[in-house]
Amino acid sequence: MNTDTITELRKANKMTVNIEEPRETLLSIRDLHVWYELRRFGFGRVGNVKAVDGVSFELAAGETVAVVGESGCGKSSLMKTIIGLNIPTSGEVIFDGKNLAQLTNKDMRSYRFEVGYVQQDPYSALAPFMNIEQILEEPLIISGVKNKAERLQRIRKVMSEVKLHPADDFLTKFPHMLSGGQQQRVVIARAMILEPKLIVADEPVSMLDASVRVEILKLLHALQEKYNLTVIYITHDLSTVKYFSARIFVMYAGNLVEKAETRRLLDNPLHPYTMALLAATSDPDARNAETYKEVPPGEPPSLVNPPRGCRFHPRCAQAIAGLCDEKEPVDFEPEPGHFVACWLYQPK
Amino acid sequence: MNSTQKNLLHIENLVLHFKTTSGVVQAVDGVDFELDSNRAVVILGESGCGKTSLSKALLRLLPRNVEKYSGMVNLHGIDVMTLSDEEYRQSVRWVGMSLVPQAAMNALNPVLKVGDQVAEPAMIHLQLSKAEALILVHKMFQHVGVPLDFVDRYPFELSGGMRQRVALAMALVTSPSLIVLDEPTSALDLLTQANIMNVLKRIKHELGTSFILITHDIATSSELADEVAIMYAGQIVETGDAKDFFPAPLHPYSQMLMASVPRLRSESDPMFITGQPPSLMNPPKGCRFAARCPFRFEKCGEEPPVFQKGNRKVKCWLHE
Repeated sequence: MNTDTITELRKANKMTVNIEEPRETLLSIRDLHVWYELRRFGFGRVGNVKAVDGVSFELAAGETVAVVGESGCGKSSLMKTIIGLNIPTSGEVIFDGKNLAQLTNKDMRSYRFEVGYVQQDPYSALAPFMNIEQILEEPLIISGVKNKAERLQRIRKVMSEVKLHPADDFLTKFPHMLSGGQQQRVVIARAMILEPKLIVADEPVSMLDASVRVEILKLLHALQEKYNLTVIYITHDLSTVKYFSARIFVMYAGNLVEKAETRRLLDNPLHPYTMALLAATSDPDARNAETYKEVPPGEPPSLVNPPRGCRFHPRCAQAIAGLCDEKEPVDFEPEPGHFVACWLYQPK
Repeated sequence: MNSTQKNLLHIENLVLHFKTTSGVVQAVDGVDFELDSNRAVVILGESGCGKTSLSKALLRLLPRNVEKYSGMVNLHGIDVMTLSDEEYRQSVRWVGMSLVPQAAMNALNPVLKVGDQVAEPAMIHLQLSKAEALILVHKMFQHVGVPLDFVDRYPFELSGGMRQRVALAMALVTSPSLIVLDEPTSALDLLTQANIMNVLKRIKHELGTSFILITHDIATSSELADEVAIMYAGQIVETGDAKDFFPAPLHPYSQMLMASVPRLRSESDPMFITGQPPSLMNPPKGCRFAARCPFRFEKCGEEPPVFQKGNRKVKCWLHE
């Protein structure tokens, strides 16, 4: 595939966009389920791991959103489905008007050129036997940029975007010769080099030191603004979210339990799980040592056999007997734009 | 007690250098600090500053390529550096101080039941029978909040948080007066982290244990800290009481490190420190932070001594 066909594809995609909308919806996810089959001894079905179980949301072009949740809540499965590595069990992922499930292999390839992925651990995400030039050149070769000079020019451009300068010092280096922060910049450069519309960043700073963390977040933020990128920022650290994203989705055991604007969610969390997460996040303060933290008892449920009703109810202090353990909550909207899947907010 | 000689641990000029093919790595280079009983000190630093090497130097768990290992480690008034390896193993490690290594939850033996693993140090160091040791294990599991029927489980049957508690129970079972924790919560989820910090606080309260907590997670470390020591490029650059340190750090590095922490409950814009820590192979002369320091002046070319400021200590010419 060459660049011309990609541009044509892009143009064709543009035409399907609904022009009535004030802001173009880039990604829309409808009732997405991602289940993994469990087999015993390699055959014989024994159940499903319901990693993502009924997730819906829409993202406008240029919007930033953080998906917050603990490990095992399904946030990586959600992300892998969005970048096209997982096939959804049911539900739809619609990117720029196209349903991913209906794409041919060839179209899927060009879809992947439009989505950038920033991995969690930069060192294991970069091939140790390739130097920085080779690492950044590979996506260009695959996407069909034939001209070596053009490739080099684009590599230099993206390296200056991520502030890896002077570029010549880095081009011949191998990943192990760089610091963690520089490695993460290379990963971001690689995600950016095909000029994607959507960037999925999976805990991009959790492996980095405190002093570098903010630098990388600010870099991602600057790139997002400059290119009007849509960014899905996956994290478990609520304290970094407000510097980066406009909205927060809180995920628990395969469901999105609360969706709201960042400021609103941090100031006025509604779901008991969100409250627990916020209470458990510490700020550096010597007074912390004098008090115990309130932590809900127990652990996230198994995704093979999630509890009936609300999945958080066995750990929730405010659970309503006969309701929360029976019926799965639906999304309520107690204030405009603030959605919460919790029976406490059922309109009277 | 007076402020110059604290009664549990006193470290002076601890040095641990490694030999490598490309030169000598000065991982721990002249570390001094003191600790009282039933106190917790947090050693904060970025990766590569020598934190983990410091924990290894304290426990004398050394790799083969040691170039220089010297200094004074005074535990309960005994200089343990003068002991032979065998004496050290019998009377200090586990009994005097124990270590919860980094990612301890993944360090459990997968083919042994967790109860038996936790009992082992008690059987070896306290000369208990297995039945006696298991009684102790039950007691420790209660302290760290592991259900008692987990004694007969294998590590893979436990969640990460539970495995971390088991590792902690193992460090506690010989009732040492000091536990060195190397990044005890870095691989855990937020709620589990908060739980483990609660457990550590409770142990400190109930058993009177002292802790050396080595971490890069500044926000979480404040949950346990009585005292703070900041480590940079193999050296401790500032020590002080947590109550004094967190609101107003003295050393420029500590100030910038604290300013880089994203905070949930404040609107301040976090800063970052430009540049990188120096190589420990060939650290710069004088102050090791000088190249990145916005306040440097001529004197920073010479190595700063440690200045006493009230009950705090800082290794910076600005506080001369």
